Amino acid sequence: MEPLTLIIATVVLGAGTFAFRFAGPVLRARVTLSPRSERLMATAAVVLLAALVAITALTDGHEFAGFARPAGVLVGGVLAWRKAPFVVVVLAAGATAALLRVVGVP
Amino acid sequence: MRSIWRTLDRDLARDIGLVCLADCIVGVSYGAIAVGSGFPIWAPMLLSLVVFAGASQFMFIGIVASGGNPIAAVVAGLLVNARHLPFGFAIGDVLGKSWARRLVGTHLMIDENVAFALAQRDADRRRAAYWACGIGLFVCWNAGVVAGAFAGTAIADTSAFGLDAAFPAVLLALVLPALRDKATRLPVAIGVVVALATTPFLPAGLPVLLALVGVLAGIAAKDPERETEGAH
Repeated sequence: MEPLTLIIATVVLGAGTFAFRFAGPVLRARVTLSPRSERLMATAAVVLLAALVAITALTDGHEFAGFARPAGVLVGGVLAWRKAPFVVVVLAAGATAALLRVVGVP
Repeated sequence: MRSIWRTLDRDLARDIGLVCLADCIVGVSYGAIAVGSGFPIWAPMLLSLVVFAGASQFMFIGIVASGGNPIAAVVAGLLVNARHLPFGFAIGDVLGKSWARRLVGTHLMIDENVAFALAQRDADRRRAAYWACGIGLFVCWNAGVVAGAFAGTAIADTSAFGLDAAFPAVLLALVLPALRDKATRLPVAIGVVVALATTPFLPAGLPVLLALVGVLAGIAAKDPERETEGAH
């Protein structure tokens, strides 16, 4: 690809992404939300993050990611549920996936 | 700014530091993969500075490297990043009032610092977590990308370290406390099922947005409850 095309594509993607990021706080400043709507907004963000967790844990592109990754995330999730420290959760998730791959689990 | 660092306690700072370190290594792999698949050395760095959203950057270089057209790569990247709009709406009050802060804070908005902010109880900690994680990730991600772009294929495969499992685990650990709230569980469950069910068929980014139908279900489910409350 031509360098100029690449620069333009990068700038357009950056500008569009900035617009998405900017729109939320701007819209938020213009409307006064009832406490109930405030709660719904927080719920919406949690729903998006949870969906992101599920998709990144289980899939790669349009396909199943294999067993090692979701197993690692599951171990992390159980530890987090049992209120293990954050560092332990993250390292255990990574280590589980890595070890499973060492023994040949995809 | 100083008040942000004062509000940040040691535990929170350590957790954020760990996420920054993990993302730095992913940045190294991103830089290496981009240069390894034929991009000029400045391309992954420019993308990281200007776009600063890992998933869309991987998507962009993947599509261009496989011969796709740049418009398709931009559209796919934008679709992946559309979730920042509802994110911003949910955490809008953490950015601050001045224009400089709002512009910088806007650019620093990313999954991790939104999740960190949502996991804090009071407004001061929320703000501190958002800014510390945002600034830390911006520095570490870009530093990682520069290192990866120059080091070549040293760490091209982060799955060997299980880093692909660390990212969802980070978000999961931050989201779990919110799931202890019963009213949040149904919307989340529906959202997750919808997102997973549509992932095989739809372009990346769209399934995450479709998860928001779970919130509608939450509204519908909550109304009768309110009515009964009113009847007491």
